[in-house]
Amino acid sequence: MRIHCPLCGARDRREFSYKGAALVRPLAAAEPEAWHAYVNLRENPAGPLAELWYHEMGCGSWLQVTRDTVNHSVLEVVLARDTALGAGA
Amino acid sequence: MVDLLAKTACDGLASLNIGTVSLREGRAVPMTTLAPFRGQQVALDAALQAAHGLGFPPIGGSCQREEARALWFGRDLGLLMGVEPEATLAQYAALTDQSQGWAVMQLAGLGAEEVLARLCPVDLRLSAFGVGAALRTEAKHMQASICRLEEDCFQIMVFRSMARTMYHDLKTAMEARAARG
Ligand SMILES: [Zn+2]
Repeated sequence: MRIHCPLCGARDRREFSYKGAALVRPLAAAEPEAWHAYVNLRENPAGPLAELWYHEMGCGSWLQVTRDTVNHSVLEVVLARDTALGAGA
Repeated sequence: MVDLLAKTACDGLASLNIGTVSLREGRAVPMTTLAPFRGQQVALDAALQAAHGLGFPPIGGSCQREEARALWFGRDLGLLMGVEPEATLAQYAALTDQSQGWAVMQLAGLGAEEVLARLCPVDLRLSAFGVGAALRTEAKHMQASICRLEEDCFQIMVFRSMARTMYHDLKTAMEARAARG
């Protein structure tokens, strides 16, 4: 499996570390249920899933990688900075 | 005040010539990371030009002017080597002294690419990685910076604490490559 880092180009999986599903962080004052869902609840789709990967051995970017969990094909990669994931922070 | 002896990262590790490939430590030079403040990369580039006659390195590349070299060193990060940074740069970027913090080695000669191919999961052939190209990648589980200084000469950098490990892994790969003839 290779991930196409927007800065570094196509790189081997071993250069990256995996964080998990890419979820929008709730506002600090959000209800406990929202935080419970953010911290604990996960979909487990057989198909495309947005995830966070860290290019630890490369440029040091956090990436949002959309991966098909059925065949591991990588459908899209963008810098996490360019997403709205931290919008609630 | 006591006079302390500066030891380089590869102190005590002999230069190697194995087959057609050589390994030696790079010259100890000042090294400073340049982390441009948000939106200041263009201004930093101009300040670098004015102060040192070279620009901020493009992604995957480097800039050189006489003794000074600036390597692309990661996202929004450059490494200035060979000169002390002018104070003016601090207006546009966070400057952090890295001198002595990294082991700097040079791998040279016919077949150096084949040695690196045993250690790094990237294409470092000349067609994909030309003179002056600089990237960050894995070298045998270590976070490395690699730059092609000349057609047959690479600069390899790892954290100082990993100097001996990198040296060992390069030596092993050089021997394996030489054994293949
Ligand atoms: Zn990258």
